[in-house]
Amino acid sequence: MTTDTALNVLKPNDYASDQDVRWCPGCGDYSILAQMKKALAEMEVPLAQTVFVSGIGCSSRFPYYVNTYGIHSIHGRAPAVATGLKTARPDLNVWVITGDGDALSIGGNHLMHTLRRNLDINIVLFNNRIYGLTKGQYSPTSPLGKVTKSTPMGSVDNPVDPLTVALGCEATFVARSIDVHTKHLIATLKRAAAHKGTSFVEVYQNCNVFNDGAFKYATDKGTKHDSVLELVQGKPLVFGRDRDKGIRLNGLNPEVVELGKGISEDDLLFHDEKAEEPTLAYLLSRMMQPHFPEPIGVFRDIDAPVYDELVNAQVAQAKDKQGEGDLQKLFESGDTWTVE
Amino acid sequence: MATSTSAAKSIVELPAATVRFCGDSGDGMQLAGTQMTNTSALLGNDVATFPDFPAEIRAPRGTRAGVSGYQIHFASEEIFTPGDQLDALVAMNPAALVTNLSDLISGGLLIVNSDAFDRNSLRLAGYGENPLEDGSLAGYQLFPIEMTRLNRLAVEGLGLSTKEADRCRNFYAMGLVYWLYDRSLEPTLHFIDEKFGKKADVAEANRRALRAGYNYGETTEAFVSQFRVAKAKLPAGTYRNMTGNQAIAYGLMAAAKRSGCDLFLAGYPITPASDILHELSRHKNFGVRTIQAEDEIAAVTATIGASFGGAMAVTCSSGPGIALKAEGMGLAVMTELPMIVINVQRGGPSTGLPTKNEQADLLQAMFGRNGECPIPVLAPQSPADCFEIAQEAWAIATRYMTPVMILSDGYIANGAEPWQIPDVGQLPPIPVSHPEGIEGNGAFQPYQRDARDARPWALPGTPGLMHRLGGLEKEDVTGNVSYDPVNHQHMVDLRARKVRRVADDLPPLEIAGPEQGRLLVLSWGGTYGACSTAVRRAQNRGDSVAHVHLRYLHPFPKDLGEVLGRYERVLIPELNKGQLRMLVRAEYLVDAVGHNKVEGRPFFVGELLEAIDRVLLS
Repeated sequence: MTTDTALNVLKPNDYASDQDVRWCPGCGDYSILAQMKKALAEMEVPLAQTVFVSGIGCSSRFPYYVNTYGIHSIHGRAPAVATGLKTARPDLNVWVITGDGDALSIGGNHLMHTLRRNLDINIVLFNNRIYGLTKGQYSPTSPLGKVTKSTPMGSVDNPVDPLTVALGCEATFVARSIDVHTKHLIATLKRAAAHKGTSFVEVYQNCNVFNDGAFKYATDKGTKHDSVLELVQGKPLVFGRDRDKGIRLNGLNPEVVELGKGISEDDLLFHDEKAEEPTLAYLLSRMMQPHFPEPIGVFRDIDAPVYDELVNAQVAQAKDKQGEGDLQKLFESGDTWTVE
Repeated sequence: MATSTSAAKSIVELPAATVRFCGDSGDGMQLAGTQMTNTSALLGNDVATFPDFPAEIRAPRGTRAGVSGYQIHFASEEIFTPGDQLDALVAMNPAALVTNLSDLISGGLLIVNSDAFDRNSLRLAGYGENPLEDGSLAGYQLFPIEMTRLNRLAVEGLGLSTKEADRCRNFYAMGLVYWLYDRSLEPTLHFIDEKFGKKADVAEANRRALRAGYNYGETTEAFVSQFRVAKAKLPAGTYRNMTGNQAIAYGLMAAAKRSGCDLFLAGYPITPASDILHELSRHKNFGVRTIQAEDEIAAVTATIGASFGGAMAVTCSSGPGIALKAEGMGLAVMTELPMIVINVQRGGPSTGLPTKNEQADLLQAMFGRNGECPIPVLAPQSPADCFEIAQEAWAIATRYMTPVMILSDGYIANGAEPWQIPDVGQLPPIPVSHPEGIEGNGAFQPYQRDARDARPWALPGTPGLMHRLGGLEKEDVTGNVSYDPVNHQHMVDLRARKVRRVADDLPPLEIAGPEQGRLLVLSWGGTYGACSTAVRRAQNRGDSVAHVHLRYLHPFPKDLGEVLGRYERVLIPELNKGQLRMLVRAEYLVDAVGHNKVEGRPFFVGELLEAIDRVLLS
């Protein structure tokens, strides 16, 4: 398969399609699209070798706006479309763009099975904690009591955390970033692309029309240092404007502690994204406002067998062992008889 | 016990015979039936079979619900059905007898395992009195044989438990029937070696049971005559037995080879379609990739993804699964990607009758999607025809860039018939092309049309042809998202026109019988055998009846309307409430009448003859 060798000096704008972007002005999706284009350009990803697959929802319009191959499929099914595509064509770079409703509600089943199979694709979940395209109903990540058009007295559905779900499905790469946290988002997308296996990235995304300010705590200058904790591999979990707070493990539970006063960084929990067991990553995914700062960065990044490689390895192995298939021989196998 | 040699017994020549093995679902009746089929085919008979088994894997032992049967019709002439009535019935227990006896002809051979007729089994089957003793079976040639005891004696000394010994009983029954119809033991002995070779004691027990059954027929005086059904005069060639599901799998593999595409199949286990997934999963050395998806929706959408990537993409299921795939098929229509959706129909609605036969998904195939969403629909007419139809489906899918539906059914899928093995080298190519660059100036136009209204199949990885597909309405030529009202009308019309064009490639209808006359019998799908046999019999007694069988349900062949007009009456027999009839009446304003049955089993030739009579006399 040829690649765009002549185009390896691509700039972010080369990744833009000729279509007008039609998200609402001020939507967090614009930033995610911009950072994705930068990340692709920095990685020198060939346009023709890349496919964006999406489901239904505001975020799922994404493929129309990038100048690669793409499928805007049906609600919740993008991971399944990607499974067929990547299995048939392991040479392609496949991204799935999805949202909290698309991935966790109608498409929950496909998300689970794609993650456990560890297909070599990248899934980016735009989490705005609301249904935007259908104009404002609560989503699987909306908090309990959320008042929306379909829940005038408040939602009684207990929400799920996307990363908790992903870890429960044996995801081998799990990360979180924020739409306006541009440098962090670019770095996270690049890490996801580099991972072999399914990469799952949750991006906090503001829907300024139907759920404005859902992540204000994580983006406002005044609050973000105390409500967000940036994970760094091998480093202790420190946060706060003056980096004077940390996370310590008390038995099986994390607790917020203040540094100094007899507590040093050595007493804190150290981040290990390479841990074989997802226990620590799971514990991090359960840290939520207002009791804890919410971690961003790479929670987990481990090596494991990759689905599309295994499928194709069996094909290669069968050819090795039995030789290239001979239809005539196959048809004539078993009990045959001849009529003169 | 007095004995005599087989030479002393008379041999009666028959043109054909129909035999059914029936017993508990754990009694190995399906195996007995398939072995008998294979043996008869190898002997040169034409064969047609009807396996009939319950949806439960092991219903309670001895109950009517647990009865499993396998019917085989073998003949010295060409045959198309598994037979209406039985010449011989082998019943392994009272429940099998009570549920199958009504299909045995008067005076037919009735072979029963008399050891199984104890009080408890009789009670489970609902018998007050033992039918072997109360004279109620006087209208048949009854052969009560102590199969359990005789079989145990045959395998004695091999160290098998009683339970293991009893598992060989089906071979004992087989051996007896083989003797009765003068079949060779060799194919089944060979099968035993292949299947049980690693378990020497089991293999030996099965061999002994088979021979013991055969010898019982030969040496006892119970049977005074043997029957012989001579070789059929099939067209010259090499044959093997083929079920519909296996033939579909082989047809798909042939189509992949003919088109130079890698075969990809995503399926979710469902009766009676799973065997297609099983068969293809065995042939990875042909480059076949199979996925057992997490659900039916994943299977169809993975198929779309694989097609986008350039694979020969296929998904298979049965009615309930097809219902789940409907939205995915809509996406395939909108994205105009080639793929095959196989529906091995079963009794419905809902879970319905998973293991029974019905052809009630025709309207689902035609209309079971939102919006104006036409797709070509093909239906094989017999197990061996599945090989052809799978290849035709792929040729249409790629030529017109469209999903294609194949409507098989449980009867075709599990039934077997001789299949003439083709010369693979003689199969013509199915041309498939992918653009490699842009012709002329400007941007790539993914919704540009060729003379057949097909759009180009450009594959990811091709520089310069990047494009985005999706379920939103597409602008003509550019493929960009469009909400323009005039464009939507145009695209809906275009997609319909494209599918109608498929009729340009279809051969003229084959009419069996007079070119015009009093009655035309119009059929489709798995009822071909019963309908053609019934029409032939009607013709033989002098009726002005012709038969047309449709393999293409959408679009209809171009000459169908004209052909229908040549007959005074049109009869459409279907295993549904009249779905083809509804389509034909709507399309051609023909006052067709139906003969419709939804009992979960195939038509009998006899009932179709009666239906023909009714229409001719009315």
